[in-house]
This record gives sequence, structure tokens and C-alpha cells, in this order.
Amino acid sequence: MAGEPLLRVEDLKLHYRSGRGVVRALDGVSFDVRRNEALVVLGESGCGKSTLAKALMRLLPRNIAHFSGRMLVDGVETMGHSEERFRREVRWVRISLVMQAAMNALNPVVRVGQQVAEPLRVHRGWSNRRALDRAAEVFALVGVSADFLQRYPFELSGGMRQRVVLAMALVTEPDLVIMDEPTSALDVLTQASIMNALKRIKQELGTSFILITHDVSTSSELAERVALMYAGQLVELADAKDFFREPAHPYSKLLMASVPRLHQEEKPVHIPGQPPNLLDPPEGCRFAERCPSRFGRCDRDPETFRIGERRTVRCWLHAEGTRT
Amino acid sequence: MNASIREVRTSATGPVLSVRDLHTWFELRQWGFLRVGSVRAVDGVNFDLKAGEAVAFVGESGCGKSSLARTLLGLHQPTRGEVIFEGRSLGTLNAAERKAYLARVGYVQQDPYGALPPFMDVRRILHEPLIVHGVRSRAERDKRARAALEEVRLSPPEDFLSKFPHMLSGGQQQRVVIARALILRPAMIIADEPVSMLDASVRVEILQLLRSIQTDHGLTLAFITHDLSTVRHFAERIFVMYAGRIVEQAEVNELLNHPQHPYTQALLAAISDPDADNAHQQREVPPGEPPSLLKPPAGCRFHPRCNRMIAGTCDREYPPDLEPRSGHGTACWLYR
Repeated sequence: MAGEPLLRVEDLKLHYRSGRGVVRALDGVSFDVRRNEALVVLGESGCGKSTLAKALMRLLPRNIAHFSGRMLVDGVETMGHSEERFRREVRWVRISLVMQAAMNALNPVVRVGQQVAEPLRVHRGWSNRRALDRAAEVFALVGVSADFLQRYPFELSGGMRQRVVLAMALVTEPDLVIMDEPTSALDVLTQASIMNALKRIKQELGTSFILITHDVSTSSELAERVALMYAGQLVELADAKDFFREPAHPYSKLLMASVPRLHQEEKPVHIPGQPPNLLDPPEGCRFAERCPSRFGRCDRDPETFRIGERRTVRCWLHAEGTRT
Repeated sequence: MNASIREVRTSATGPVLSVRDLHTWFELRQWGFLRVGSVRAVDGVNFDLKAGEAVAFVGESGCGKSSLARTLLGLHQPTRGEVIFEGRSLGTLNAAERKAYLARVGYVQQDPYGALPPFMDVRRILHEPLIVHGVRSRAERDKRARAALEEVRLSPPEDFLSKFPHMLSGGQQQRVVIARALILRPAMIIADEPVSMLDASVRVEILQLLRSIQTDHGLTLAFITHDLSTVRHFAERIFVMYAGRIVEQAEVNELLNHPQHPYTQALLAAISDPDADNAHQQREVPPGEPPSLLKPPAGCRFHPRCNRMIAGTCDREYPPDLEPRSGHGTACWLYR
């Protein structure tokens, strides 16, 4: 496809200072997201996937040791933007975020309609009336009845609150919505119905999504592209159909084999060992210690190889691919 | 006196646990005294568990599965009905017999970090139940603590005995919780969502551990979960709960391959296996949300959401327990 992707991220790094040294939470991540495309970022807890969401929204904690890389929105480099410019032009205008457990972070003493309307009043200076009318439209889109505008968060079920938080992210009509574990705390049926709503929104509004989750099965409900993270790095980036059918990285293979499936006789496997400490990650491949196919070269940090049109793997086993 | 219960052995055929017409309601009051009704968390549940079998109670949050577990553990007083363990009804036990019962039933909680006292080290955590149940010798307690840690594959035990819960990973914490549940050598273990707080890669490991301990010791394992996709590997029988009642029960494969109740069918249809085609189709999901347990709908509790509802029947009277296939029970008017 021609033209710039909606979002291009190159070599993004975010390191935290901590009492015991520097935590390399995000260590050189590159990917892109096209318009109306859904990218799923998979990984175990502690692999840096929530840090990625925060870095993209530039919601950074104070203890930053290092933050670098490139982030282009529609071809425009935003890393150089001042905080004020980023807030005015990117955050919640082009890109919005549904944070992890956001449904529990709604203000308990403000009616949910007001909370959803707030970004419009702040970012666009709309009147309350106009903002509330728009909030009602977005409520319909995510499947919440308009009478709920007047309710308080405690009057809503978990599924309804999650939809409200989603409405908050969609109300300014951003091009890209980042969602961090949006359905992991919810029941199966609620989960399925929210995923249905997301698919519909994607189709009707042409929104792009980055869905950050550890739940491989649910992620497949939205995924067109998959990025798998391990210990602060991206180990595989591929189209969903390739990733789910034929994962390339040894970690991807183990992860796919560990997913319990409803109609499968074999037991799911588990991945032995633990991810490395990000305070002092190993010099070579970070997965080598747990990898069943490790060999001599794995003592050196693998490069990222291109093995398909839009597919890259960070593993020496695929060294016959072209370097990126 | 502790011995009285411990020595009652179940005959090979009889159930180890029978639950009859069990109701656990919670009274709801306003301003502390005005009664406004009862939350019917468990509302008429019947089942039998055979010695040495692993069963799963499956349902969404608020269906009463945790209240059921806590009632079985004696943490809630049943409003009506009885729980019969090894031939004796829990309601008839005196204090000492109750204590002996609790030694026979282990409990694995959902949130391992919340279940372990933060100010106790692992040694103390494992000694605690032994002290309560009168194991006086320190050497004996230590021996059993070590054996329990070995059993949950936290070895060598020395590395873990002096650790505090915050020094362990989530998976290790859950292993300590399991070791604590095992240390009194129970006949039955009740595990309430034992892996839902853990990382996906650790889940399978913990479930396999529970299952292997269960088969090694011939324990009865009641496993409470909302995750149907793992059930097949860790339980032999499934009970599906909805709004305080069991709506369907069968052997695992029978239930997964031939679900009868419309609610079970909806649950199974909502579960995805990882497949890139999922992104291009809408899933069928029943409308609405589970009913309020304060005022459950008349008749079948699923009827307002059911697409096969029979007007005049399903909305009037609760369906009886029927058996549309051999060994496969369901409470649904469709099979009358």
C-alpha cells in the first residue's frame, strides 16, 4: 500500500530509574500501524507492553532514565513536540488510550455522561449541551443506552463501565485507540460482546486499534497484525493469519502451544523458566535461557530479520532473511 | 474426638460430598437495620461428588459459584438445605467436629497474595494450620512443611521456608497456598479460581500441579472457574451455574461436545480459539446481562436472554432437572 502508515514507531526505548538501577522496560521497539488496522501486542506481564502504551501516549512517570526513538503520526515526527504541543495535537486528538483497569478509575461522584463529554469540552471547547449530545451518540456506538448518561459509575456493571471508558476514548474521534487489557477482567459473554462492538466500530468509523493483552484467544477477535513482546523487545511482528497459524520465533511457538483450546485433546504446554530481570538483561538473546532451539550464536544479541513482506523476527534461526 | 470424623471412611460407591437443596441467601439491609430483601447467591443447588473425582463449577461472576464454595467450607451458614460430608450433615456437627471437618477440606483461594499473611514467612504460614490442629512437635511440623513444599515443586524447601510472600512470584505464592491447603492431608480440595490472577504462562503449570496432586492422593477436587477452555484438561465433570442454580451437568467431553442448555451453548459459542478469521465475524452473544439475584426473574432465570424461550412456560415456572442424554442433566423446558 502506498502512503505513510498512520503510526510509525522506530527504535523506541524507555528506561526507568529504580532503587536498584536502570530498568530497561522498553528496549528498541519498531512497528507501524496502518489506517483502519488492528495491531495486537501480546506478552507476559512485565514484558513492557503497558510501558509501550504509556510511551506512545507520552504519559511518562518521573523516574525516566532514558526515552528515545522516533514516533511518526501520519509521517510527522512527534518526539520533538513540547508537552503542550503533544497534548494539543496528538494525545486524545489523534491517539487515545483505554488504560488497564480504567473502568475502576472512573470518578465515582461524577455522572458518567459528564465524564465522557469532558475531553470535548477540554480539547474542543464545546458547550456542555453539545458535548453531552455527542456523548449520547458514542454511547449508542459502544452499546450503552442513552439513559445511562445520567448514572454514576457504581450503578453500572463491569461490562457497562468498560464500555463507558471505551466511549471516553472514542468521543474525540481519534484515528487510533490504544487499549491496555480492555476485557481481561470481564466475563466471557461480556468480553465477546465488547469485542463485537469494537469490530463494528472499526468497520463503521475506520478507526485503528492497538490492543495490548496477554490473552491470545481473545486478541484474535480483533487482530489483523500481531506483535509479540518479550523482555522489553519485539520478538515477532506478523500478520495475524501467519502468526496464529505458523508462529516463527521459538517463543511465539511455545506461546501458541500454551493456549488452551476448547476443542483440542492435547494438553496445553507450559513454558519453563522465567523472563530475565530487566535491570540486567542478558547480553545475548533474552529468550535463550528458556529456548528449546538455542545454539551457539544465541550468546550474541540477535538482529531483527525480515522473513516476509510485513513480517520480522528477532532470532538467529531466521538469519537467512534480510536484515532490517 | 478429632478421630471420630477422620475414621469414618466412605464406602467405595457412596458420594464423599452431597449437597441437597442448598440455599445461601444474604440479607440486604439499608442503614443497617431496614430489611430490603435477600441476595439469593445460591438458590437450590443439588449435587454429589464421588471420592477421588475432579469436578469444575463453571459460571460467570455473580452466578453464586464462590458463595457455593464458601458455604461448602462452612464460611457461610446455609439459609436452607444441607451439605453432607462423608455421611454427616455439616449442620449437625459440634465445634470440635467442625474443626475436624475443616482439616479434611483444603481451600485454595483466588488471589494468592491476599491469601497469604504478609508478615509471616513461608515456614510460619505452613506451620499455622498444624499448630491449630494440634501438631505439637516442632520437628514434625517442619518435616511436614518440607514435604508439602516438595509436593508443590518448590524445591529445595530450604530456599523457600524463610521467604515472605512478597519475595515470591505469583506462581510461587499460589504454590505456597496449595501447600498450605495440603498440609493437613485433606480428603477434598476446593479451589476457587486458582489461576485467574496469574500470568497465562504460569496458569497451565499450576493447573497441572493441582491435577497431579489430586490423582496421586486420590483427592476430590472441586474447581471453581469461569474459564471453560481449560476445564477439559483438569476436571472430569462440569457443573454449569447461572444465577444461583446449576443449569447443566455432564462429563467434560459430553458437555463440551453436546451442550444442551441454551446458556451453556451461548457460553461455548463466545469462546474463541486463536484464529485470524475471528476478526472478521461477529459472535453471537445473548442480549442483556445476568439478572439481579435480589429479584431473579420468574421461571427459568435465563429466559429473558434466551432465544428459544417458550412463552407461557419458561417465564412462569422453573424447569425441572431433566436428562436429555444419558448421564447428562439440564434444567431446561426444551427437553421436557
